Amino acid sequence: MSSSEAVYLDHAATTPMLPAVLAAMTGQLGRVGNASSLHASGRAARRVAEQSRERLAEALGARPSEVLFTGGGTESDNLAVKGLFWARRDADSRRRRIVVSPAEHHAVLDSVEWLAKHDGADVTWLPVEPTGRIAPAALRAALGSGEDVALASVMWANNEIGTVSDLAALAEVAHAVGVPLHTDAVQAVGQVPVDFAASGVDALTMTGHKLGGPMGAGVLLLRREAECTPLLHGGGQERDVRSGTLDVAAIVGLQVATTLAVAEREERAGRLAALRDRLVAGVIAQVPDAQLNGAPLDDVVAGGPGRLPGNAHLSFPGAEGDALLMLLDARGVECSTGSACSAGVARPSHVLLATGADPDRARSSLRFSLGHTSTDADVDAVLDVIGPVVERAQRAGMGRR
Amino acid sequence: MRVLAAMSGGVDSAVAAALAVDAGHDVTGVHLALSPDRQTLRSGARGCCSVEDAHDARRVADELGIPFYVWDLAERFTEDVVEDFVAEYAAGRTPNPCLRCNERIKFSAVLDRAQALGFDAVVTGHHARLAGGELRRSVDAAKDQSYVLAVLTADQLAGAVFPLGSMTKQRVREIAAERGFAVATKADSHDICFIPDGDTRGFLARRLGARPGPVVDAATGATVGEHAGAYGFTVGQRRGLGVAVGDSRPRYVLGIEPVTRTVTIGTADLAGVDEVRTAPPTWTGAPPQLPFRAEVQLRAHGTPVPCEVTAGDDGGLRLLLGSSQRGVAPGQSAVLYAPDPERGDLVLGQGTVLATS
Repeated sequence: MSSSEAVYLDHAATTPMLPAVLAAMTGQLGRVGNASSLHASGRAARRVAEQSRERLAEALGARPSEVLFTGGGTESDNLAVKGLFWARRDADSRRRRIVVSPAEHHAVLDSVEWLAKHDGADVTWLPVEPTGRIAPAALRAALGSGEDVALASVMWANNEIGTVSDLAALAEVAHAVGVPLHTDAVQAVGQVPVDFAASGVDALTMTGHKLGGPMGAGVLLLRREAECTPLLHGGGQERDVRSGTLDVAAIVGLQVATTLAVAEREERAGRLAALRDRLVAGVIAQVPDAQLNGAPLDDVVAGGPGRLPGNAHLSFPGAEGDALLMLLDARGVECSTGSACSAGVARPSHVLLATGADPDRARSSLRFSLGHTSTDADVDAVLDVIGPVVERAQRAGMGRR
Repeated sequence: MRVLAAMSGGVDSAVAAALAVDAGHDVTGVHLALSPDRQTLRSGARGCCSVEDAHDARRVADELGIPFYVWDLAERFTEDVVEDFVAEYAAGRTPNPCLRCNERIKFSAVLDRAQALGFDAVVTGHHARLAGGELRRSVDAAKDQSYVLAVLTADQLAGAVFPLGSMTKQRVREIAAERGFAVATKADSHDICFIPDGDTRGFLARRLGARPGPVVDAATGATVGEHAGAYGFTVGQRRGLGVAVGDSRPRYVLGIEPVTRTVTIGTADLAGVDEVRTAPPTWTGAPPQLPFRAEVQLRAHGTPVPCEVTAGDDGGLRLLLGSSQRGVAPGQSAVLYAPDPERGDLVLGQGTVLATS
């Protein structure tokens, strides 16, 4: 089946580019100008980049000077984790501890593990609630006096199971003992309310392609007073924290996507949640032993949604996630099993394992993630095939003895 | 047919998948991840299941426009092939892991799963002819892999497709080059994929540790040397015995006794074997009436010899060889063929060598 006919339910992996983004980017791609140059062409490029910075800041509740453009979510996570660790440890050599959730994206987890292996970092893993949430009390207990802690990192919304944590409460706990808090908000921006200043977090990762912008364009929001050692050295762009010529077309695309996603968030979230709820109810009606992973669909945290509105993450006991994915793919339904290693080998989801799920449940899971192009017809397409697909995958078993 | 193409990342399985697409089948590509060690690329080693091989397989699948997945069979492979390999050497036998993999992984675990998921057959890049349920040698005698497929039963063969049997390896590479596959010039794989450096003795030494024992001369019964582990030897082996016996005549390994760890060596006149006894055989079709005359091949790249196949003990076979053979190692497979120079020698079946005399 060609991709144009496919039922695309993997918006948490990437989502189609918005037409307005495509128009803004193609308009910029044909123009010459390095935003660091002093002549007219450079000034014109700089004007577009700085306007984008200001509009992004406004959409995310940050000051323009707090917006650092990067090459995407992975770079932003690496920069925040390593940069904050190095800067804080260099200021006080006792600060070698990183307090982090084991349910983070690999961009955070692998950065932390790299620091532990190569740079003397000690890691304290936070306990994860069965829903996938990190409790402020758990962070408080892990931080202790905070004097030996370089940073804490807790994602705003989980990329696999969609659970939202209360970042404002977590930031308050961290600040009470003088520890900066980073959050990976790649999945949260445009899905749930995200206000950088109001949350109090010190560093926030976001990326463009999860909300209708281009790939390879991201942001690290970094508070003015946060010291962060650069990963990339060179021309001194972006407050000297991230050198490299600005990709103005990507930046304007990222900005247009973000401002639209934030402006339309409430309306879209309501629509996606309704579709998602119908999807989950329909699947469970056909496969009664299917289990919803993560927070309840109508969960509330800090007065807002406790679960991403487009996220449906289910386990199908006795079936293997990659068999389900293959059978759905063959029927034109595109979804995800969660994490895969570089060889493409399906591993039991580290997120589900962190929530205390057993390995079989973690291996038998599928993520359907809805986005701005999702329709009732997409949900119907899943419900048309899910029963026989699960039955067949269960017959094939778990592939092990 | 809906077929599953097992794609190792090598040129053979790439072309086999392409020919299956050309034949009009609905093809899905699968790379089997067999090594529990995912770091093979970073460590620079080359194995059957490195990240690089998975990438090569995926590139071909993408060019063919077919779905592609990686199936993790590391646990099954470790248990059924690698551990079996180590245990066989520890017991003084010489196993064939490729045969074991075909028997228990590719045409068992993978085929079963494929059929449960709705596929009709598994396509591989093996060099052997398969038509009408008859398994025959490849056109390319040097690349023929019928020996390691002879263990398959009629049921397993019914779920197998080997598109490469009627072409030479050179032609396979030409097809790959014509299609622009990057793997067209990729080197042939090693004999044993889970020992990427080719050092079987070193691999076994790491797994089994030092197990020293005597090297005994069969003619005199005298101990003529020491060895670090009988698993380092194979019956019929001539080089690397590490002993010097008075005269200059070459010595061969005649036998390995695992309990006393005794390796017996002797001269060529003592190394000959005229009779082979096997475990209960498997047949690629209906079991033939015993006794009958056939050709038997006693190791992977061995020369077939005429024999008479008769009933042995405990359901096994007793093979009376037409001419004396050296290097018939217990643990190897005795594969029986009905010679057919026109259509390719027909594989009748096989039995694992238990003993010789």
